[in-house]
Amino acid sequence: MENSLQPLPEEKTPARVQLPGWIRAMLIPFLSVLTAIITGGLVIWSAGGNPFAAYAGLVEGSFGSVKALSETIIWATPYIFAGLAVALAFKGGLFNIGVEGQLTLGAVAAALVGYGLPKVVGGPIPTIIHLPLTILAGMAAGGLWAAIPGWLKARFGGHEVINTIMMNYIALNLTSFLLNGPMKDPNPMNVLARTPLIAASARFTPIFTGLRLHWGFVIALLIAVLVWWLLWKTTLGFEIRMTGASPTAARYAGVNVQRTIILTMILSGMLAGLAGAIEVTALNFRHELGFSSGYGFDAIAIALLGKNFPLGVVVSAILFGAMRNGATRMQFLTQIPVDVISIIQALILLFVAADAIIRWIYHIRATGERVTLTRGWK
Amino acid sequence: MDLRRFLFIAAIIVALFAVVVAVGAGHETPLVIIVSMLATTLAVATPLTLGALSGVFCERSGVVNIGIEGMMLTAAFFGWFASVYASTILKMDTMPSLLVGVFFAILTGALMGLLHAVLSITFKVDQVIGGTVINILAIGITGFLNRQLFFEKNGLFGGQFPHAPGVLPAIHVPFLADIPVIGRVFQQQPITIAAILLVFISHFVLFHTRFGLRTRAVGEHPRAADTVGINVNRMRYINVLIGGCLSGLGGAYFTLQSVPSFEPMMTNGRGFVALAAMIFGNWTPIGSWAAALVFGAAQALQINLQFFRNFIPPQWAFLQQSYVVGMVPYILTMIILTGLIGRTIAPAADGVPYEK
Amino acid sequence: MDPILEIRNITKQFPGVLANDHISFSLMPGEVHAFLGENGAGKTTLMNILYGLYQPDEGEILVHGNPVRFNSPSDAIASGIGMVHQHFMLIPVFTVAENIMLGSESTKGLVLDRAGVAKRVRELSHHYSLDVDPEALVEQLPVGVQQRVEIVKALYRHAKILILDEPTASLTPQEAQDLFRIMRELKEQGVSIIFITHKLKEVLSIADRITVMRGGKVVGTTDPQTSTETELATMMVGRAVSLEVEKGPAHPQGNVLEVQDLQVKDIRGLIAVNGVSLEVKAGEILGVAGVQGNGQTELVEAITGLHSPVSGSIHLMGHDITHSSPRAITELGSGHIPEDRQRDGLVLSFPVADNLVLNMYYNKPFARGMSMQEKEVIAHADQEIKNFDVRTPSALTPAGKLSGGNQQKVIVARELSRPIHLLVASQPTRGLDVGSIEYIHKQIIRRRDEGVAVLLVSTELDEILQLSDRIAVMYRGKIVAIIPAEEATKEYLGLLMAGAAPDQARQKI
Repeated sequence: MENSLQPLPEEKTPARVQLPGWIRAMLIPFLSVLTAIITGGLVIWSAGGNPFAAYAGLVEGSFGSVKALSETIIWATPYIFAGLAVALAFKGGLFNIGVEGQLTLGAVAAALVGYGLPKVVGGPIPTIIHLPLTILAGMAAGGLWAAIPGWLKARFGGHEVINTIMMNYIALNLTSFLLNGPMKDPNPMNVLARTPLIAASARFTPIFTGLRLHWGFVIALLIAVLVWWLLWKTTLGFEIRMTGASPTAARYAGVNVQRTIILTMILSGMLAGLAGAIEVTALNFRHELGFSSGYGFDAIAIALLGKNFPLGVVVSAILFGAMRNGATRMQFLTQIPVDVISIIQALILLFVAADAIIRWIYHIRATGERVTLTRGWK
Repeated sequence: MDLRRFLFIAAIIVALFAVVVAVGAGHETPLVIIVSMLATTLAVATPLTLGALSGVFCERSGVVNIGIEGMMLTAAFFGWFASVYASTILKMDTMPSLLVGVFFAILTGALMGLLHAVLSITFKVDQVIGGTVINILAIGITGFLNRQLFFEKNGLFGGQFPHAPGVLPAIHVPFLADIPVIGRVFQQQPITIAAILLVFISHFVLFHTRFGLRTRAVGEHPRAADTVGINVNRMRYINVLIGGCLSGLGGAYFTLQSVPSFEPMMTNGRGFVALAAMIFGNWTPIGSWAAALVFGAAQALQINLQFFRNFIPPQWAFLQQSYVVGMVPYILTMIILTGLIGRTIAPAADGVPYEK
Repeated sequence: MDPILEIRNITKQFPGVLANDHISFSLMPGEVHAFLGENGAGKTTLMNILYGLYQPDEGEILVHGNPVRFNSPSDAIASGIGMVHQHFMLIPVFTVAENIMLGSESTKGLVLDRAGVAKRVRELSHHYSLDVDPEALVEQLPVGVQQRVEIVKALYRHAKILILDEPTASLTPQEAQDLFRIMRELKEQGVSIIFITHKLKEVLSIADRITVMRGGKVVGTTDPQTSTETELATMMVGRAVSLEVEKGPAHPQGNVLEVQDLQVKDIRGLIAVNGVSLEVKAGEILGVAGVQGNGQTELVEAITGLHSPVSGSIHLMGHDITHSSPRAITELGSGHIPEDRQRDGLVLSFPVADNLVLNMYYNKPFARGMSMQEKEVIAHADQEIKNFDVRTPSALTPAGKLSGGNQQKVIVARELSRPIHLLVASQPTRGLDVGSIEYIHKQIIRRRDEGVAVLLVSTELDEILQLSDRIAVMYRGKIVAIIPAEEATKEYLGLLMAGAAPDQARQKI
């Protein structure tokens, strides 16, 4: 097409109802989830299960009681941080598949400071100092782990998709080494690859007695607001989004693109590290091998389902948390393996990413322009 | 492959071999160790080679494929499942069961390739996201079915874990395998030999046939190909399907040649390392294979060090840690991707959907 | 004589645009038929229909009097139609022979018959005196030769009708003359040619008949013998246009930009700018002429800080900016209209308002500390949209939804609304319609008259001649001459652009 076409006239099809903007924005994600649930039902049915019973169990397990709701929120909390991490990187034009590794190392670092610092200092430390230090250690570790692929991308053009994945495997090896060796819980009864418990001074106190619900969720919501403010209301956010949308134009406009790429990766990694640190300081009070498998990939689905927008990420994270939490109850009631949730989540991601399929199924016309998320090997 | 890159590859392989020779010295002659390393390198480079070839076909035609990992994982599962089904339920003999397994692995790869093609060519989904979808879907499907079919009481095998038919036997390459000592290098299992043959077949197809010329044209400048009457999307479909089949054969390596069992996420990032090999090999079959051998050597280092575990001198104690040595292929991948050893250039239209 | 090709009532609709509205014309054997029209008049769409790339909504195509239907280029090729696109359809990493055989390969068994194809290419090249080496890599060939490869490609497929889409756009005047010679040669051999262009002079010198298009319609068909440039221009634009730019004499002051012995490498690491020295004074326009790819891009990138030079120096208002960042240079008072507006000049997914502050978002009043002031950004946008007559539904419309001319106006508004001493304008009107070109030219001259030093880089010789006060010609990374605009003629500049030494060039004309 020649580039001097006049702006397209507004849609003039009176037969179609114009829905309000926010409904139109939510339509595709909603239909994606719906379609994935229907398809998942078919999978359950073909494996010999009853999809209605399965989904009833899922809902009961995730929202059926105060305790269930509390557990759903506990699941959702790291998902919010991890989803924000992926979304922030996407806004900066970076595909951070390394949230898994950044989160794990954040947890390891938090655990180390949590149980190790009192020993180094040689006495108890006040919570007001110890807890923030523990969380900061987790954020720093996650940020550092993400900074490496960020630097490789900015300096050498090394592709962050492969490099963040490689960093995941390196993190897995490193964590296995640490948790089986230097950081292993020295308790003679212990046979697991896990750290000792962190000191009481590095722990959050529970919000309500009797529930495991913790302050991490409140922090996650605050962080979501903070990420929104950073991306859309500050000059740094403008630079990050500009670099993401068009690195060449950002360079032309005087943005230090290399610095912005590294900074975006560090911020993204810090959010992932925070997820790990909160799990250690507010929930598990230690780090154990294998606790975090799958967060990184789920976070990609959460970010895309939430359209890389903080509020959307929070809602998607709660949905994913509910599914993960309710799955156990579902398996107990119907003997459908919890792994079916992974399939449904993958299908959600499939339909959100391939919105053309959803438009094709439901005959929805495309509006607006395509959003560039990644750029091949460039 | 330019000289600099070749020398770099040779240097790394020599260095990795040297470590094992040094550790094993005094317990085995260097020649025996080198032969053992070579044999292991060729064998463990197999899925990397096939994965890289899969990437070469997809990307030469203009479709980025980061879903190789997921394609291999799914193929590994279904190939294994088919072979177990054939031997335990259909009561077939070992060899036919394994061949049925290989066939279904390739078929699974082709179907995953078809999914990637539909997403990226027909629906024009962001190809990196599409590949990620495939990777995540693969973990979900294989995890679910593995538990449902093999571990559930109401599963296919009634909760009884079935007997696997074993692994594909090594082929005795005539003459070469009869050479004393060195002959061991040529005692390889069939998928390894197929992979090496496929490297050269792929090279011939891509650079000396009509199909190859058109494939490369479609990946470099699809519009130019369109203007001379080449159906761009059809060419891309065919190539992504070929890529899927190659990934499928690579998946078969894990459960039908390497070990006779399936474990969730057992491909362990090999699909991504294969991609790095493809990039370092400048999107050529032979270059990719050479790069795959580097990663194969790094893995062979880990395996061979396990043999000599107890002989490792105390000052090199860290080499006893399999987790530490296990990082080597991944770190190597990252170093290679920096492009410090010569930058490679992707096909010009790689990752760009074709819009008329 | 019967026409070799006839089209009747071809109509093609794109969402929101009627690109071709009942077009009819006929082509005689051995005729050169020119299609004249502005960008966006629908010429390219029509040719893509003729070549089977698009299918018409209505109308029919007849070859030798027989109705045909082209579902793909293969059908068009089979009917003897060949096309040389404005942006060549050649694969840079392939050899000439590979490019020519692509799509109609000959093989021996399974293997490509490269030697056989090379032999035929040599024969064709010799027969039409095209001088093409089948073994050369296309990316290493100059533009003029690549074009001849495209012609051989069509002849290899036995084309009897050749469509040339804006073939002179990237050629020097001498290369264009060479092309016209080849066109006459082809005509002698019985090939019919459809020649698409917006350049009036060319049409008059080569065409047998001229069809003028505007807004998707045919406005008329004329004979070059009886037409004048002014008549054609009026038909093409639809109103009387002045072919000259109104511009008073320059009043140059002191030096604003001083470039000394500059060396810059391109992204492949090859020397692209080789020892360039020039200065631009306040209140004058220095035009840099040259064929695309002779180092102009790298020169501009070095001056604007996008690319660090290897050696030499650049001074702006006396400040050494040789290795300064783009931001530092902008802040010293320089504006830059980039060569590729969609790649560098705009963030297409951002609203127009954000694009209007793309390089000053961090300054007051658009930001206070870290916090962006949305209201100020939008107020500024509303003002500039009015001042520069940007046609956009609102300040919040994504820039990518605007037409090319309006996108360029956004950039011009941003770069010219600031207080600047230097304006670097690179291909400021490429691909725009006549109205936008006139507007942008006026704005550039207005800023010159206000005392801004303007460095204008353009591959359009007409633009250089219309705007410049002095003209520098670049060839292979060097400035071969800097001459006052009064002494410059198209022929003289053309010879310099092709690498002739100034005194030789002067003798030739």
